[in-house]
Amino acid sequence: MTRATPRGRLLVLALPYAWLALFFLVPLLIVLKISFAQSLIAQPPYTPLVAHDADGLHLAVHLDAWRLLAGDALYAEAWLGSVAIAATTTAVCLLLGYPMAWAMARAPRRRQALLLMAVVLPFWTSFLLRVYAWMGLLGRHGPLNEALLALGLVERPLVLLHTPFAVYLGLVYAYLPFMVLPLYATLERLDEDLLEAAADLGARPGRAFLAVTLPLSLPGIVAGCVLVFVPALGELIIPDLLGGPDTLMIGKVLWDEFFANRAWPVAAALAVAMLALVGAVLVVQRALGARLAVR
Amino acid sequence: MKRAGRFARGMLGAGLAFLYLPIAALIVYSFNASQAVGVWSGFSTRWYGALLDDEQILAAAWLSLRVAALNASLAALLGTLAAIALVRFGAFRGRALFAALTTAPLVMPEVILGLSALLTFVALEGLIGWPAGRGATTIVIAHVTFCMAYVAVIVQSRLAGQDPALEEAALDLGATPAVAFLRVTLPLIAPAVAAGWLLAFTLSLDDLVVASFVSGPGASTLPMVIYSKVRLGLSPEINALATLLVAAVALTLAISAWLMLRGSARGNGPD
Repeated sequence: MTRATPRGRLLVLALPYAWLALFFLVPLLIVLKISFAQSLIAQPPYTPLVAHDADGLHLAVHLDAWRLLAGDALYAEAWLGSVAIAATTTAVCLLLGYPMAWAMARAPRRRQALLLMAVVLPFWTSFLLRVYAWMGLLGRHGPLNEALLALGLVERPLVLLHTPFAVYLGLVYAYLPFMVLPLYATLERLDEDLLEAAADLGARPGRAFLAVTLPLSLPGIVAGCVLVFVPALGELIIPDLLGGPDTLMIGKVLWDEFFANRAWPVAAALAVAMLALVGAVLVVQRALGARLAVR
Repeated sequence: MKRAGRFARGMLGAGLAFLYLPIAALIVYSFNASQAVGVWSGFSTRWYGALLDDEQILAAAWLSLRVAALNASLAALLGTLAAIALVRFGAFRGRALFAALTTAPLVMPEVILGLSALLTFVALEGLIGWPAGRGATTIVIAHVTFCMAYVAVIVQSRLAGQDPALEEAALDLGATPAVAFLRVTLPLIAPAVAAGWLLAFTLSLDDLVVASFVSGPGASTLPMVIYSKVRLGLSPEINALATLLVAAVALTLAISAWLMLRGSARGNGPD
């Protein structure tokens, strides 16, 4: 559309630009603004940023929400918990997903398309219902416990549901495909000749993997880790349905602050902090990506 | 191509089993006669009957379908326009911001999308009186905002693979830019737009977090109703619902795969 008239271009551009500005950019600024407000029992339940009294207009910046966030141990615990849980989930997904992606990339051509479909397919069915399915599987009288009892591995049903174990299981289950897909994409393009050359030069399979395959698949590893870590960090449904009261995750804390406590400024401050963390992860990803591209 | 070792193939099999086990369990237990999910006590279809009598679930499903369809159509339109601007317009003022705005919703945690949209609706209502209250309209707006990003990504990759010379030839032959787009480019990117529509529809139908923030009284989507039931414990009715949804997804994918195969067999499209 190189020769489209300026007016035609403007028409194409204006609609999506205006939509995103109004419903995506402005909302983020509003969240930032409200994080500097004070909670009120009113509708809406926060103080305005620009207040006016007898002296005229003045800016009313409150740091209460931020002070609470910095001072209360509950939030520190939730942050550390979320980061630790998301990092562990990412590591487990990488360990499980790498051999899966490798086997897919090495499968016969025709079967690769089928395997790819098999990995993507669960993604098209409801996330909520797939998490719910684990509630049934992990229950006290669920199939998993029944199987363990029947095999004589345990004497009494194990408490599996509403434990940290169940949260990890749910997270790995939900985000494993996000790790497998980018890994498959890079491994599938890997030049077979390089591995053969390594073998010809006397490298054992383990050494060839460390020297050739692993470094060449780093872009896929980085992409997969970001795709798992970021949503796992903000996850809310899985800790709520599968976790117990001791599983503190930041997404859940934000949700409770907003809905249960009606503490809008605190929820907004949590959102801003979460956004900063996600932004930092993406900046690191870009820096790593640039370095990998140079090599 | 050398095949992967036994370990990797074993992991792939185990991983796929892990991905499908819960879905299989949902389906099996939807035909369980017992009220207690997990304890098998004979085959029955009573929960499907109970589901069809559940007014709350049916109303929520109808609302969700309407929201998803409207959202997908708006997201397909806006996402396609965004993709055209990003791929074909070269450099323009504000391009960097625009590119960032179209991709950022993809990596934005849902809680932030939901919270920021709700706070905006509240502020807008206080400022200009619109949107009056919250419900289906506000859910659609919030869904379109993140779904158009997915459409833009899909259409962008298809557009980037198209030869601009085709459109230029149409322009040389005297077509106006609009006609050249509608007659040449649009048919070529149509599969990507359709795929984007389908993805936007699915994302909207599946969304719980964003909808919970921006919905109002009386407008509960299907995931919101499922969530409120599931929090109280297991319910065989939800298993029956899950089975129907899985069947619908499988049918949709089978039909689209068949359409794509037929399309490529007839030689439509360059790939």
